[in-house]
Amino acid sequence: MLSYTLRRAGQGLAVVIVVSFLTFLEAHLMPGSPARAILGVHASQAQIRAFNAENGYNQPVPVQYVDYLDRLVHGNLGFSYQQNQTVAALLGERLPATVLLVGLSVIVALLLMIPVSILQATRRNKPTDYALTGVTFVLYAMPEFWLGLMLIMLLAEKVRAFPPVAPQGNVPQILANPAGLVLPVITLALGSLAAFTRYLRSSLLDNLAEDYVRTARATGASERRVMLRHVFPNSLLPVITLVGLSLPGILGGALITESVFNYPGMGLLYWNSAQSRDYPVMLGVTMVVGLATIAGNLLADLLYAAADPRVRYVS
Amino acid sequence: MTAQQSLATSVSPDAGEVTPGTRPWRDALAVLIANRAALAGLIVIVVMLGFSFLGPLFYHTNQVATDLPASLRPPGGGHPLGTDNEGHDVLGRLMVAGQSSLEVGLAAAAVATIIGVCYGAISGFAGGILDGIMMRLVDGLLAIPTIFLLVFLFTVYQASTLLLVLVIGLVAWLVPARLVRAETLSLRTREYVQAVRVMGGSGRRMVALHIVPNTIGTIMVNATFQVADAILALASLGFLGLGVQPPATNWGAMLSTGINYVYANDWWLIYPPGIAIVLTVMAFNAVGDGMRDVFEVRLRRR
Repeated sequence: MLSYTLRRAGQGLAVVIVVSFLTFLEAHLMPGSPARAILGVHASQAQIRAFNAENGYNQPVPVQYVDYLDRLVHGNLGFSYQQNQTVAALLGERLPATVLLVGLSVIVALLLMIPVSILQATRRNKPTDYALTGVTFVLYAMPEFWLGLMLIMLLAEKVRAFPPVAPQGNVPQILANPAGLVLPVITLALGSLAAFTRYLRSSLLDNLAEDYVRTARATGASERRVMLRHVFPNSLLPVITLVGLSLPGILGGALITESVFNYPGMGLLYWNSAQSRDYPVMLGVTMVVGLATIAGNLLADLLYAAADPRVRYVS
Repeated sequence: MTAQQSLATSVSPDAGEVTPGTRPWRDALAVLIANRAALAGLIVIVVMLGFSFLGPLFYHTNQVATDLPASLRPPGGGHPLGTDNEGHDVLGRLMVAGQSSLEVGLAAAAVATIIGVCYGAISGFAGGILDGIMMRLVDGLLAIPTIFLLVFLFTVYQASTLLLVLVIGLVAWLVPARLVRAETLSLRTREYVQAVRVMGGSGRRMVALHIVPNTIGTIMVNATFQVADAILALASLGFLGLGVQPPATNWGAMLSTGINYVYANDWWLIYPPGIAIVLTVMAFNAVGDGMRDVFEVRLRRR
């Protein structure tokens, strides 16, 4: 397990370096020069020179990259001149809110996935299966923002069951008003649910064809027991990897969901920064989102290896 | 490989050069027509193309000039789907928006597929350190959610249709690259590919004539899903207000207008473009699923 962990962590580190290189590249894609893009069109030559000297932009590009890595390692993600705060401080406020939203919606999606897929697999090719498969197929094709808009129209405007706008503030303040969380969490969860059930359904069907299922049936186990005690746990394992792989998509969905419901998370921060062209914040958020994805994938792989020893020995 | 193909390998001396366009396409079409969901998907795609590109020839509306006195009318009268906040007829706007959504979706999928196939084939064929570096780059790009990259690029650059196609294609090639690389890794050790080397064929010949044509199934299935993803990406961008310059529009941009009137319950601004997106994306996904049944023999027994 240790050697697997180390190997997998090494790969993760390599990807982190690639992501840091990409965000560094993004900084140099900014219109004009980074100084011009960040300080604005009214900055004087002296200001630009001072900015370049302060941020090392007057150095050769490879040196700039090493400096950038050095700053990242020390937790320095840049400085927002528009909001007069460090990017790290801004993220410190917003990151926990996004973790809460993404975490809750993944949990909701997983909890919904289990009964839906088991029903699909046991009623395979019957009306129940077709109906549920149809619903997940529609959800799979549905953009988060449209789902969010429809939920607002139905559950916030017509029925007035839940507020249409997310609670503002930090995590304790959001949790103090859980009704406001319902619609954003459902919106994000339903999108992932579609992908998860598609996967688990076919995984259950694959396992149902295995020899051990025949053996279990031969011992007189009921269909219910075969499904819940034998097939389901075996089919569930690969879902760990699926959740890890879905993270970029879920975080992308969070950006959209947060802007629909004005949810005070990292995605909304990114989107607001894009509107005000606050590039240092955008680059900082991109880096953190990349790190979160890599960490999530690493965690998923390690969990999977802990649960299924076969994985560790395949290179 | 299907039974027919392996049979052909034993009779025809140059059967290793599977020519794309003969068997795969005919097989695909036959199975697609047998598969009801895929057939429905094909029909929806044809209807959507007709609606968007031929519809405006029969249903004339002014989608350029604003007509504020006629704005936000509910469906009825001369406007079957009402009018939007600038007085544009929503049904006519749906057609114009469909043109750009479908154009960008199809073209971006083509760009993504071409880049992905070349990258994946080179990486898989080269192997070793180059493969390692090329794939870590893909991993790194995959770690950043597409929409974050798209928002950044369209904050920096002014959008045009060409740029939309290139940028959406440039962030979407990663998955086909991985798929083609994985297949290349296994194909390059096959006897018929080794035989090319024995006969003095160049690496380029092996990749272009023997390896890539045998990944055509994977490529076609993925390209179909790519169209669906590109339409969704364009819709998300349009929704965020990026990627279009008025009076140009797409389905996502239409919804972005709708969100301002969601509290007024102007449902005709929310449902039609959303339904158009979902139907089109579902159609491409259904065709993709159907094609996967064609190319993955293992799944066909289901």
